Amino acid sequence: MSVAMVVFVVTGALAVLGAIGLIVAREPVHSALSLVLVMIALAVLYLLLGAAFIAAIQILVYAGAIMVLFVFVIMLLNAGVEVRTNVSRLAFWLGLPLAFLFLAEVVYSLTRHYSAVSAGAIAGPVPASTEELSMKLFTEFVLPFELTSILILIAILGALVLAKKEAS
Amino acid sequence: MEFVTQHPVLVVSLIKIAIALFVVMTALAYLTWFERKVVARIQSRWGPYWVGPHGLLQPLADGIKFLFKEDVVPPAADKVSYLLAPFLALALALTTLALIPIGPATIRILGQPTQLVISHSNIALILLFAISSIGIYGVVLAGWSSNSKYPLMGGLRSSAQMVSYEVSLTLSVVGVLLLAGSFDFYNIVGNQSHWTHFLPQWSLPRWNIFPQFLGFICYLTAAIAETNRVPFDLPEAETELVAGFHTEYSAFKFAMFFMAEYANMITVSCLATLLFLGGWLSPLPEAWRWQLYLPAAGLILGGIALIIGGLRSVQWNAKAVFPVLGIVCIGVGYLCTWLSVMPIIQGPFWFTAKVFFLLFFYVWARGTLPRFRYDQLMSFGWKFLLPLSLINLVATGLVVVLRARP
Amino acid sequence: MVPVSYYILLSGVLFGLGVVGVVFKRNIITIFMSIELMLNAVNLAFVAFSREFNQLDGLVFVFFVIVVAAAEAAVGLAIVMVIARNRKSLNVEDVDLLKF
Repeated sequence: MSVAMVVFVVTGALAVLGAIGLIVAREPVHSALSLVLVMIALAVLYLLLGAAFIAAIQILVYAGAIMVLFVFVIMLLNAGVEVRTNVSRLAFWLGLPLAFLFLAEVVYSLTRHYSAVSAGAIAGPVPASTEELSMKLFTEFVLPFELTSILILIAILGALVLAKKEAS
Repeated sequence: MEFVTQHPVLVVSLIKIAIALFVVMTALAYLTWFERKVVARIQSRWGPYWVGPHGLLQPLADGIKFLFKEDVVPPAADKVSYLLAPFLALALALTTLALIPIGPATIRILGQPTQLVISHSNIALILLFAISSIGIYGVVLAGWSSNSKYPLMGGLRSSAQMVSYEVSLTLSVVGVLLLAGSFDFYNIVGNQSHWTHFLPQWSLPRWNIFPQFLGFICYLTAAIAETNRVPFDLPEAETELVAGFHTEYSAFKFAMFFMAEYANMITVSCLATLLFLGGWLSPLPEAWRWQLYLPAAGLILGGIALIIGGLRSVQWNAKAVFPVLGIVCIGVGYLCTWLSVMPIIQGPFWFTAKVFFLLFFYVWARGTLPRFRYDQLMSFGWKFLLPLSLINLVATGLVVVLRARP
Repeated sequence: MVPVSYYILLSGVLFGLGVVGVVFKRNIITIFMSIELMLNAVNLAFVAFSREFNQLDGLVFVFFVIVVAAAEAAVGLAIVMVIARNRKSLNVEDVDLLKF
């Protein structure tokens, strides 16, 4: 049980708990906080996988900006307590066991075919440096990069136009 | 003891964390004292004077008061968020201090060589920004969970302000990154370590404040706005929104928000010295070897000033305490002349001096400037500071590319 | 070391939980957050495979997914605000007219 495995299990459990919290929470703000927990757990997993820059970007952009926007909108719109959905009994009694069965099947097939030590571990961990990542981003992927900048501009304009109150 | 020998890195890290926490909490407490004294002097009055000699025990008195006050929880508050917010704010504010190095030297703790930083990371700068961007949740959750209109308005305004100025903050730092080529603080300070001769006999240290002056100004302004200080503290000003997002908090939780704000201030000042003011580098040329005795000389002079000031003072407790403090200072100053301590103390001495100067600037701004109205604040952030940071970024990028051509 | 299949499994579980959230929740914003959860699960799969095959293309794609998710969140939340203003409710079952 190496340190990496312990960190993976703990962080993975936190991520799954956060995801379950997202679904089960009654208040939307609690759902948002659970999602922030999931994102931070995922950032730790990215660090474990050697993608340090992506982990920092995940926290900085996703957990620190996008989720803050979600929380703002929830608070401004005063989203109240969730009403319980009427889930049909059949779905519950048939669906949940089938879901677990499916999960067991996926676990079985994954661990049977891929349980060997991963190629990354054999070749030695190569943490992705920011320099290499940005070289790729600005040479090979420069067209998508420029397109995403236009996409963000369109998103800003769209959000501004949509959310503007009508001058009554 | 086997635990110590089997896990040396862990034990040394724990020791460093304990020392850093102790130092930072004391610095926080006395930063409040310092601020009250300086703002009072700007306003032609004394400030804390009676609690202990020259008010030096005022932070302790405030701490005891906060511990024993009644903890009132609003009945309709959302319990989870209400209790989580101050812990989140304080924990994140203190976590960022783990990434900040105070000196280049390598010291030995318990026989293990270690650097003067709790966590040496090669993405330290962006990790620091990431951690402080989660700190916004403390504010917005505090505002919302109090279930009352002043905290909600204050929380939303404060967090909108923090999000807006965070963009300019990050952009004004990218100029420094372009020049240094690394996120690691050691590389960034190392980049500022050589001296450029702009005239035959005059040379200046290549601290980033000189090539990146615009970036420094943008950074400082955005940092003051990010930490919710005057002149950008409308969301928590007493005359505007009662107390903003921490209105409904009392006793220890309020103290946590208070400490979180000052810890953020210290973090941002440390970051400014590392990025722009040369970190632990001395402003005097290398050739002047007498500068190695400066920490010792400063402490000994300070000790003598304390002794003389204490003996001449009017208060009886100052007469008793200050000479003792002065003797302790002279003792520590003598310690700094030992050959084993002297090279290690140089870095932290200059770092602390620069951080102190920046904190004094913060407090000075607080005592002098009126505050912005909220719409002025937001339009200043988006329409003036952001374009300025972008211009700085583009100009720096242009210069770097043009100079790199063979 | 942790085998890559464990990461893929975790990513699959998170994705499945995101789908459950989209299908079973009635608040528009919570549905939106479940979509973000699905995007995060996919990011984890990308980063895991990028490490497995020692290529950086996966990380670049994760970068783009994060950026696109940000743009989508901004526009989506603006749409949510318009819906909330017009239908006075955040329940997705109340948005059932073809014309306001």
